[in-house]
Amino acid sequence: MRELTYIAAISEAISHEMERDPDVLVLGEDVGGDFGGAFKVTKGLAARFGDRRVLNTPLAEQSFIGMANGMALMGLRPIVEVQFADFISTGFDSIVQSAATIHYRFGGKVPWVIRAPSDGGIRSGPFHSQNPEAWFVHTPGLKVVAPSNPADAKGLLCSAVRDPNPVIYFEAKPLYRSLRGPVPDGEHLVPIGEAKVVRPGTDLTVVAYGSQVSQALAAATDLAADRIEAEVVDLRSLKPLDFETVAKSVSRTSRALVVHSANRLAGVGAEVSARISEECFEWLDAPVTRLGGLDVPVPFSPPLEDAYRPDAHKIAAAARRLAAY
Amino acid sequence: MSDPLGSQIREALFAAPARPDEPEPQPESGEAPADLPDDLRIDLYRWMRLTRTLDNTMVDMWKQGRGLGGTFSGRGHEGISVPMAMALGPDDVIAPMHRDVGSYLVRGMTPARVFGNLLGRVTGPSEGRDANLHGMGDLSLGIIGYVSHIPQQIPITLGMAMSFRYRGEPRVALTACGDGGTTTGPYHESLNMAALYSAPMVLVVQNNQYAYSTPLDQQMATFAITERAAAYGLTARTEDGNDVEAMFRSIKAAVDRARSGGGPTVIEARTMRMLGHAIHDGAEYVPRELLERWEARDPVDHQRRRLLSEGVSGEAGLAEIDAWARAEINAAVAEAEAAPFPDPGTVSDRIYA
Repeated sequence: MRELTYIAAISEAISHEMERDPDVLVLGEDVGGDFGGAFKVTKGLAARFGDRRVLNTPLAEQSFIGMANGMALMGLRPIVEVQFADFISTGFDSIVQSAATIHYRFGGKVPWVIRAPSDGGIRSGPFHSQNPEAWFVHTPGLKVVAPSNPADAKGLLCSAVRDPNPVIYFEAKPLYRSLRGPVPDGEHLVPIGEAKVVRPGTDLTVVAYGSQVSQALAAATDLAADRIEAEVVDLRSLKPLDFETVAKSVSRTSRALVVHSANRLAGVGAEVSARISEECFEWLDAPVTRLGGLDVPVPFSPPLEDAYRPDAHKIAAAARRLAAY
Repeated sequence: MSDPLGSQIREALFAAPARPDEPEPQPESGEAPADLPDDLRIDLYRWMRLTRTLDNTMVDMWKQGRGLGGTFSGRGHEGISVPMAMALGPDDVIAPMHRDVGSYLVRGMTPARVFGNLLGRVTGPSEGRDANLHGMGDLSLGIIGYVSHIPQQIPITLGMAMSFRYRGEPRVALTACGDGGTTTGPYHESLNMAALYSAPMVLVVQNNQYAYSTPLDQQMATFAITERAAAYGLTARTEDGNDVEAMFRSIKAAVDRARSGGGPTVIEARTMRMLGHAIHDGAEYVPRELLERWEARDPVDHQRRRLLSEGVSGEAGLAEIDAWARAEINAAVAEAEAAPFPDPGTVSDRIYA
């Protein structure tokens, strides 16, 4: 199978969906024209599909996301780019108060996707490195996905565009051009709400998503040299969460390590950890362990940022402690 | 387009000191509404009377302890909410605010469904999921439910208008906010984008002098709501919000303009919130004489007097409408009070489409 970078898989998913459905359009800051967005994800789309379907917006996250709510209520399927996931807070009301509640309150459908380039490790400081997924997982009515590899990046985005609900798609920008992988040509859907065991193992379960899946796989290779076989579960969807796949894995390994780049405190891992403790208690041979960002803004300078975020070394060290418990 | 009333109001507005103690009610226009057919003029009265009767009944019920939670009176706003919906075509959409019961009724939501929502019954448009006059959306009637986070309805309306432009459909989206809404970020963002994209939308700013307890002169340094909208490149007009016929003409012209590709319009409708912000609020902070002056210009009474004095309808005809409204609302309350509450087993239903 041909290989694509993670970012090329995202671009391919967008053009695939725009080709398939005339109701799909793209909007956001700098997405249009020849420029094609801060990361060039939408480059070439305006030339191919016309300015009507690739709409540049002014700096106004609250209102262009609100505008997407109105478009979606009328049956369009906007793919909204917030230039960095960090800026999604500027549009918070339009997402959590409006889009997320509309179907519950009066039955309207809001089938948009917000693409949120997230995550750090690329020396971008407090406002271009964040992982704000927990805010949205905490909000009833939204769906949240976070692909870890090029094939899932395409398959989850295509599924998100076709989903009748508001879906926030956290793409991991450290993977944009650093990760290549096989991506099916043409139609390729990854169902929202399905986790995947990406490496089988017997000694412990590492639950991760987004960029930390690569780190977990690298750690697992390292651990295998010490004859510790880690099973890696890629959540892929954070809401709805496929806890069944997590529970099945933990019931086999009896040890669980939950990892994400976002702040550990009240992060998605806290929910996963709590559910393992509540629902897999009888199988556990050790307390559930969590790794996540520190309770500080994402710092800029390399030694500080490295101290802030999990990586393969920290995952391997935590896994060794857990395996030895 | 001639705009004599708008000019009068603007003159009065800018002749005033920068921070008057209180906003002055605007003079009656006195112009003859020769362009509106008699049956439409009577219909405007009919829907205003039904709206006022619903409002009065709702306020009475809440004072009697027959209500549920809080609610919001739209008394004094009927001359705006009714023509907002009457000026639209069947395929247009409207995102009313919480003082716009008239818009819901004109659009086809029955008073029984409105009371069903107010009383948390399964028969309300939100099926017990949203409170009082919020979340009363019904897409089959082209109505979007209200969100408390003012003015979320404006960017939503912009988006609906943009969907019509995207698909080349001759449809228009209309919404409203209060004077308080005009001080928010999304108001200015959305007006800028509406003008930028020439979106087929109409925004009615219901300037009712108060955002909860805060009067206009504590909200903004100049009262130039219309001029600020015009500065973004929108068509903007000031109207007497208590003159239902002037409001109808103005909104209809804006809707027609939007439909024919002429872009968005903001209409500032100057009116007065005649009761508190919500049912619990006695509005002691509003000077009584201000309310008395606006009471003398009550939009429902004003239209009634005009129909009589201009011979459009006789007393008997209008009394018949008043009795019809009374009977409709009585029946609606009875139906809503007899309706079931939602089944608690459905609490998690409809979280996803």
